[in-house]
Amino acid sequence: MEILIQILIYGTINSIALALMALGFALVYGISRIPNFAHGAIYVVAGFITWTFLKAVGLSYFLSAFIAILITGILGALIYRFMLIRVRGMAISEIIASYAIGLAILEGLRWGGFKGMTYTLPLFIPGSVTLWGVPVDIHRLLLIGIGVAVIALLWLFTHYTRIGLALRGMAQDERAALMLGIDSDMMALLATAFGSMLAGLAAIVLLPLGNIVVEAGYNVLILAIAVCIVGGLGSWMGAVLAAFLIGFVQIATVVYLGSHYQMVVALLAIIFTLIMRPSGLFGRQKELEERV
Amino acid sequence: MNKTGGERRKERLDRGIKVRSDGIYALLSWRELGYLVLPRFVLIAGLLLLPIVVQSLYWQRVISNVCLYALLALSFDFLAHYVGLVSLGGALFIGTGAYIAALLNKQLGLSIILTIPIASVSGAAICTLLLLPCLPLRGVYFAIVSLMYPLAIKGIIEALNIFGGTDGIMGVDSFPNPWVERYFVITIVLLSLFGLRRLVNLDIGLVFRGVKDNDQAVRASGMSITYYKAVAVFIASTMGCLAGACLTHIYMFSGISLFGLDFSILPIAATVIGGGGTLAGPVIGCFILVPISELLREFGTLRTAFYAIILMAFIVFKSEGLMVYGQRKYHQFERWVKI
Repeated sequence: MEILIQILIYGTINSIALALMALGFALVYGISRIPNFAHGAIYVVAGFITWTFLKAVGLSYFLSAFIAILITGILGALIYRFMLIRVRGMAISEIIASYAIGLAILEGLRWGGFKGMTYTLPLFIPGSVTLWGVPVDIHRLLLIGIGVAVIALLWLFTHYTRIGLALRGMAQDERAALMLGIDSDMMALLATAFGSMLAGLAAIVLLPLGNIVVEAGYNVLILAIAVCIVGGLGSWMGAVLAAFLIGFVQIATVVYLGSHYQMVVALLAIIFTLIMRPSGLFGRQKELEERV
Repeated sequence: MNKTGGERRKERLDRGIKVRSDGIYALLSWRELGYLVLPRFVLIAGLLLLPIVVQSLYWQRVISNVCLYALLALSFDFLAHYVGLVSLGGALFIGTGAYIAALLNKQLGLSIILTIPIASVSGAAICTLLLLPCLPLRGVYFAIVSLMYPLAIKGIIEALNIFGGTDGIMGVDSFPNPWVERYFVITIVLLSLFGLRRLVNLDIGLVFRGVKDNDQAVRASGMSITYYKAVAVFIASTMGCLAGACLTHIYMFSGISLFGLDFSILPIAATVIGGGGTLAGPVIGCFILVPISELLREFGTLRTAFYAIILMAFIVFKSEGLMVYGQRKYHQFERWVKI
């Protein structure tokens, strides 16, 4: 019983964390059809910027987090405006170019001395509480709240604001959106910026639970891809549902098999989903586009 | 055709000698023969002379490295530009070949003459079987799944602690002497390069290109797309596994680092720089990139960042690559004409 409650609580936390990591990737892909492989790098960059402003410059936590999210948004927009816009529509070039950008950022950071155990962000609120006999950090509970709030805000944003509606229009049918006077490049730029800001937000919420390390960038990228693939590329609600699926499976494997397998679960999820149902469990079937 | 200023444009015309020597049966003079043979001769002679010209042992080792990467880059280029399968997981081939060769050598005590061919063929068979379920996938989906394979295998080896776990397998036999090693890999690269160039112009090569350009048409002709893709993956992974087997014998070691990203990214970068679809381009790209990355060894991980930046710059701003550029200069002349 104890174990079941543990799986339930930590599974929920892990799922929300995965959803936070993946939302940015899902948003960018859903709108601009660019698989943004620099996602993980942007995540790590946000962590380092927050750390720099918090520890080296000495601003308050909230302010440095805010600046970090802003800068990552601008970074995302710049990456789109100067690099990805030129290869847009060429699927493979998009992957290779964005992956190269991410690799350059991550390995550049590693060379720049950001390695080892010294870079940590403090918890928002330290301490822990006991829920039904299971100790949980308050920060992790906050994480659930923030995650749900982000998902809800994103839903409201894409359903009730002009820009949000334009973004959704782009996602559904780019040509029709163009005819209605929606600037597709502008929207794709905004989408990349929003996606990067979501990655930054995820970093600020999730990184206090561990160290800021370059490897996190690669792991976040893989997890984000896993969630998006299982949920169906381009489907946001699918991504959220898939985050819960993978999140619970991951925690269950950690409890019953060992933490070594956590990453393997995500990787196998990608491989099996792509083999069985390339459009994901909840995505629209586009049979001819994805396989022959 | 570049447009500049609106009133002039660049006109490109094939050189007369190219037109005359295009059909191999119509060679009329030594000059035309030379025109055809020169580029190939420079490449072959250059590769064969390189180990003699380069004196230091360290740089000779780099030549072997270049050749192994060149094999991988060739297999990437072949799959991507002639079959339409963009495989971002070159490390899968390298790692499989290396582990099989190392296990055969250490566990069964087979000699190097047996391990390399067995590892290439059986490794290729394993890679093909692993990739078989994903072969119907297209474009991005295949690229992502192939990127995940080496990472998943790395994770599984770590988690199950098999094949030496994180330590890898040490003490594999080395080549009998450095000259055998160098000339073996160089010969393999040349054979693969010219072999592939022949292959893509055979009937089966035409089918491969058909699969890339319009797979529905190939299917409508009553041919199994998956079968042809599997054949292509087998050919490409034979080259990759061969490179892996050589690698493990050169470094006398096989470990999970062989499933690392380096082996997936550098061949792609070399292909993009050298010019995709030319087959010779990726080899040239490797001869540029690998030595540069060796020179930057003291900067540690910065070299990964460095070639990531080169890759990005080439794919975004100069996606045709050096080889295509060179071919254009060699075969055509350009002039400005008034519009």
